[in-house]
Amino acid sequence: MDVVLIDAGGANIGSVRYAFERLGATVRFSADASEIASADRVVLPGVGAAAAGMARLRELGLVDCVRALRQPLLGVCLGMQLLFESSEEGAVETLGLLPGRVRKLTPSPALRVPHMGWNSLETLRDDALLAGIDSGASAYFVHSYAAPVTDDTLAACTHGAGFAAVVRRGNRMGAQFHPERSAAVGARLLENFLKVPA
Amino acid sequence: MLSRRIIPCLDVRDGRVVKGVRFRDHVDMGDIVELALRYRDEGADELVFYDITASPEGRSVDRGWVERVARLIDIPFCVAGGIRTVEDARTILHAGADKISVNTPALDRPALIDELADAFGVQCVVVGIDSLRDEDGEWRVRQYTGDPARTRALARRTLDWIAEAQDRGAGEIVLNCMGSDGVRAGYDLEQLAAARALCAVPLVASGGAGEAAHFVDVFAKADVDGALAASVFHSGEVRIPALKQQLREAGIEVRRD
Repeated sequence: MDVVLIDAGGANIGSVRYAFERLGATVRFSADASEIASADRVVLPGVGAAAAGMARLRELGLVDCVRALRQPLLGVCLGMQLLFESSEEGAVETLGLLPGRVRKLTPSPALRVPHMGWNSLETLRDDALLAGIDSGASAYFVHSYAAPVTDDTLAACTHGAGFAAVVRRGNRMGAQFHPERSAAVGARLLENFLKVPA
Repeated sequence: MLSRRIIPCLDVRDGRVVKGVRFRDHVDMGDIVELALRYRDEGADELVFYDITASPEGRSVDRGWVERVARLIDIPFCVAGGIRTVEDARTILHAGADKISVNTPALDRPALIDELADAFGVQCVVVGIDSLRDEDGEWRVRQYTGDPARTRALARRTLDWIAEAQDRGAGEIVLNCMGSDGVRAGYDLEQLAAARALCAVPLVASGGAGEAAHFVDVFAKADVDGALAASVFHSGEVRIPALKQQLREAGIEVRRD
């Protein structure tokens, strides 16, 4: 299985690679459109701000490449947020592969933002991507912005309001949490992603 | 619901894990990767590695062990020690760390916090604060605490610094209460509660854990998001599975394995 991680300057790119390597996958970093387009699996990792992430994809000339991908694509954290239409963070238009606008989590005295730590997943839809992951399982989140729960949401999470934790529309998939840092639950999600039929 | 985090802290010196009492007299505790894996297996929610001599010695963290840990560990970890620039931070994050924590260099040049938050997002940026109560009753920050000979008291009030760090883009505050550190008589609940009152980002308590009941107290009474400890975990006095059981029984949300 040939996994390409899009090297868009995301800071967590190393740990995402190691997580796939622990599962026995061969992983390459790439910012080359033809290399990305020919991979079996493509991962868009990301830690950072939406505007900077999009700017970087644009600079690398990868926006159309990612939009055109037909093989399984997994966005992680900011990478998942970029799959949506737009983000409040920097008021930026994003990839538009999934409907919805990413918004800031609203802090309150009892609700710290960033949402940082282990929180439980609530399964909304059975899907191969969630095989072996029970509703109520914990995953590690670190983010200040979140995507809305829509028809594409497989699992939701709650921090004040509910938001999308795992999404899928056809071969476009995403995890708001960090599977590379979510122990057995995260490893299972990545394994499921590798097994999704192309 | 968001779980409260149990965070073993591994103080690193010359590539080994060490632990001192009140930041002094360091004793060798073992190999970094071995200890990291042990804590992960026991159910630690996160790990923090402090390269305690990096700042006093004027160097950044050694990238090699960060990479070794990142390859093997599947829970989040934060690295601290001598990160003075965006480039220093980038090296550590690219080696596989999830967060970087700045302490002394941020006190020297507070704009470092803004620069890190701009470059990587606030969620990567932890500000560590070493704090001690002075004779006038005020908590004030300390600098270069990794080396007792160079540790410096600053005029800056701890609570002011927490507010400023947050405004500048700290995504998390780790408050090391030096007066209780290593003494194992419990966390400094008074100071942590005061910090909590003005801290809208996650707050992690550090310094003073001696038994499981201290963790219950700090979550229940100071409402912190995480509790960090070193020696009680290294010595085996507090075992994480039993600790989590006790927290659960006290009605505190902890991660299901």
